[in-house]
Amino acid sequence: MQQLLNFFFKNRTFLLFLMLFSFSIVLTITSHDYHKSRFLNSSALMSGSIHAFFSKIGNYFNLKKENILLLEENNRLKALNLNRSIQYTAVSNDADNYQLTPASVIKNSYAFPQNYLTLNKGERDLIKEDMGVITSKGLVGIIDQTSSKYARVISILNTKSKINAKLKKSNHFGTLEWNGENHRSVQLHDIQDLVKLAKGDTVVTSGYSSIFPENIPIGRIESFQLNDTKDLYIINVSLFNDMTHLRHVHIIENLDFEELKTLKEKNE
Amino acid sequence: MNSTLFINTARFIALLLLQVLVCNQLNFMGSLNPYVYVLFVLLYPIVSNRMSLIFLAFTLGLILDLFLDSGGAHAAAAVSIAYMRPAFLKFSFGAAYEYQAIKLNAAEALPRLTYFALLILIHHFILFTLVYFDSSKFKIILYNTLINGGFTLLLVWLLNALFSSKKS
Repeated sequence: MQQLLNFFFKNRTFLLFLMLFSFSIVLTITSHDYHKSRFLNSSALMSGSIHAFFSKIGNYFNLKKENILLLEENNRLKALNLNRSIQYTAVSNDADNYQLTPASVIKNSYAFPQNYLTLNKGERDLIKEDMGVITSKGLVGIIDQTSSKYARVISILNTKSKINAKLKKSNHFGTLEWNGENHRSVQLHDIQDLVKLAKGDTVVTSGYSSIFPENIPIGRIESFQLNDTKDLYIINVSLFNDMTHLRHVHIIENLDFEELKTLKEKNE
Repeated sequence: MNSTLFINTARFIALLLLQVLVCNQLNFMGSLNPYVYVLFVLLYPIVSNRMSLIFLAFTLGLILDLFLDSGGAHAAAAVSIAYMRPAFLKFSFGAAYEYQAIKLNAAEALPRLTYFALLILIHHFILFTLVYFDSSKFKIILYNTLINGGFTLLLVWLLNALFSSKKS
């Protein structure tokens, strides 16, 4: 017993190091797992409020750019409204399935293999896990953590992110993933080699996932090649969104999400 | 003694804020981000309790992980260099470093540079290994370690020169 205590005392520095080091390794491993990264994240109240405070200062530098973006969006929506007003009744009744909440990005990164955004809306604004996030230009990501005032988003620039997407032209669908290399493009997998592809084709969300509605723009086909087994395409999609400058986003809530989820679980 | 405590507390907070609010927003040339907070471990008083340094380095890393959503990568890297520090002090400044209680900034430039460079490289290598966590990405890890490490070394050197009080 005496010797054991002596041993611990002699090596106490190494043991402390070992303990703290293994603790951080465990944290790292859990953070690489989609469903377990719950311990430390930037939606926590303290880190969230510091990010929020300083992003307010940063906001002033982008006002001009934001104004132009908003003007463009307004313009597009007005044009849409003018052209649609006649056949408005033709819009199907699923238009009310989705509810939008505006939010601001207070923290963003794109230089790592796993990037997250932090938004200034949280549980008290009825934001929940698994809601989608978009901008006027296209897809941004999916919410994975919330605190009372903030929410964390898994960006599409995250190697963990998997989103269902399709080709707008032909409705062939596949999985959108990111290889962690270039923040301007993501990869669309699992499209059959029989499908005819062309550079510049638009890729949109498929609407199968119950998180995003159909036809949210994602990007254009930049290049494509066959995978190792030569039966499926790997398509490089250049994003419509400039992921390095995100300020104002919309959070999408699918009002039927719970219903669809229970239905899915029943089938399994 | 009290002034060392004050200096280190101030350095801890200042480097933390500098890292989160400035250095990680830089994204210089796409993805370059210096990790200047290693300066806290590098400049921690040489004659001091090792356990307290290890613990403080861990805390600093953990808080950074919380801000940067990186799991525990910063904590692991910071705690490792805090533990390895004496060996590198010995390597760079010679075996006598403990007894002479050298002030880092009074030491010559070359041993100081090797000491900074080696610890920064080790820190960045552990950090990027854990951030990528994929053995097939070894090239990217090495590339990032070298590029970001050089950037960090430059900034750390400048910061150190800026805030050190020369007594010559």
